[in-house]
Amino acid sequence: MSLTAEVRVQRGPLAVELDVQVADGEVLAVLGPNGAGKSTLLRVLAGLLAPDGGRVEVDGEPWDDVAAGVHLPPHRRRLGMVFQDHLLFPHLTVTDNVAFGLRTRGAGRREARAAAAGWLARVELADLGARRPAQLSGGQAQRVALARALAGEPALLLLDEPLSALDARTRLTVRAELRRHLGAFPGSTVLVTHDPIDAMALADRVLVVEDGMVVQAGPPAEVARRPRTDYVARLVGLSLLPGTGEGTTVRLDGGGRVAVAEETAGPVLVAVRPESVALWPQRPDGSPRNTWPVVLTGATPHGATVRCELAGEVPLLADVTAASFAEMGLAPGARLWATVKASEVAVYAR
Amino acid sequence: MRRRRARGGQGSVPVPLLVPAVVAVAFLVLPLVGLLVRTPWSELGSQLTAPGVGQALRLSLVSASLATAVSLVLGVPLAWVLARSRIRGRGVLRALVTVPLVLPPVVGGVALFLVLGRQGIVGRWLDEAFGITIPFTTTAVVIAETFVAMPFLVISVEGALRAADARYEEAAATLGADRWTTFRRVTLPLVAPGIAAGAVLCWARALGEFGATITFAGNFPGTTQTMPLAVYLALQRDPESAIVLSLVLLVVSLATLLLLRGRWLGRAGAAP
Repeated sequence: MSLTAEVRVQRGPLAVELDVQVADGEVLAVLGPNGAGKSTLLRVLAGLLAPDGGRVEVDGEPWDDVAAGVHLPPHRRRLGMVFQDHLLFPHLTVTDNVAFGLRTRGAGRREARAAAAGWLARVELADLGARRPAQLSGGQAQRVALARALAGEPALLLLDEPLSALDARTRLTVRAELRRHLGAFPGSTVLVTHDPIDAMALADRVLVVEDGMVVQAGPPAEVARRPRTDYVARLVGLSLLPGTGEGTTVRLDGGGRVAVAEETAGPVLVAVRPESVALWPQRPDGSPRNTWPVVLTGATPHGATVRCELAGEVPLLADVTAASFAEMGLAPGARLWATVKASEVAVYAR
Repeated sequence: MRRRRARGGQGSVPVPLLVPAVVAVAFLVLPLVGLLVRTPWSELGSQLTAPGVGQALRLSLVSASLATAVSLVLGVPLAWVLARSRIRGRGVLRALVTVPLVLPPVVGGVALFLVLGRQGIVGRWLDEAFGITIPFTTTAVVIAETFVAMPFLVISVEGALRAADARYEEAAATLGADRWTTFRRVTLPLVAPGIAAGAVLCWARALGEFGATITFAGNFPGTTQTMPLAVYLALQRDPESAIVLSLVLLVVSLATLLLLRGRWLGRAGAAP
């Protein structure tokens, strides 16, 4: 384990009690509503906030150990952090922003600038090095912030809502790029977000946090399939299917086709919300374009609905009311037809 | 168009506010106009080249600049401590620091004299140990001006620090910068416009300083007689000369303000 942390912090009425373990090369998404204690966790990991109890250890080195009186200040921690609103230094050029962490860690000016230029090339902004942050678009600024955080070759990368300040279109491209860089990053990553799509698309493991406590943890698909609480079900109830866009049709990597409302091309992710999936005992008449035969493999009741796990060419999650679940007399192994309107299917470039 | 805007809508000024405002403008501007009207323009050249004028002006500019430099070196760190540190008794410290703002300068001069004068607590020791006497020297002028003017700098820099987003400093810390490096490379550039504005205020206050200077440093031409002192003295024996000296001070102050406004102060409002 590269990052091991037990964090205990009292923030006003909120008691944060979070245990976190992240392996080398792993991306952990901490998902939860605003005020759940996600950012507090990140601030403790960064050393910007001293915990009231517990410990933080990275690569076997104690960064915080309240019992032993250890608190390493942020500048002594080998970490990189990306903030929601990028926080690029407005008085420095883009290159000097990226070179900042190298300079503070002892690199010479020339050497640091050369390394910074290399990082800017990696985020495909090589020709913007002489600009000031104010002259960048939101997406460019966030990519520079990522380069700045990675340039110091940190052991721990902290991402605090890195995409939420971006508009929807920019978010897609920056998310795809972030995914690429996280794949190449050898250290541990903790991503804090309130957007389930970020968590699904970027993380190896998801920790759902509510009121300072872990509500559920596991791989994204697992958390989506078996939500333990209503809250998690609403939050992460997405089927994400990789495929290739071909006009208004997406050919899924696992076989099968999904009709979508927008034209797309190239690698995409198709997202289907469980509440938009309808289940039928027989093939429905005048079938919508998205009609697939499925087999019920699992069902989890939560509240007034039942989340159904469906296998087939197109694996899906469906929420049906407890009443209709009982009416159809559904049991695992039941053969059904699932339909989804093309307009209910979201498509993201990946 | 203009009349319609003045009668109603968002841009109009209610009469109970308009009348006092007009009076205030007249009150602030008319004396300056009077000064210009009474200026003996034909004798301006000879008055300006009179012995002592250049000397007093030079002394004023040098001592005000030195006082500003001392205030920057000591006052900016003090402002940082007030704005960013978590030391106990910060409120008391801030109150103490701002006392010279409300203290009559003459009282400041007396206080300085009691501490740094030959019989003063520190002054006697300086005299005995090093043979240094401060009162009635140019050093005393600089000290008196610094005492009165530094709080202006401290208050405005502290304000700038409070307004600056401290999260930039957190970002710097996550990039390996200790607090000193963060101060030099992030905080200082971010609040530079605020520091410049504070320095101008401080310099202008030092340039006009009268009470503490005359009390602590005296009124010796060449060593401690700054422009305000020269103006006051001239008014007693040669009013025309006093007007000319006043005009010089006015021009110097306005020129400095305009020069720095173009270069620095204009950006203070736009600073992030």
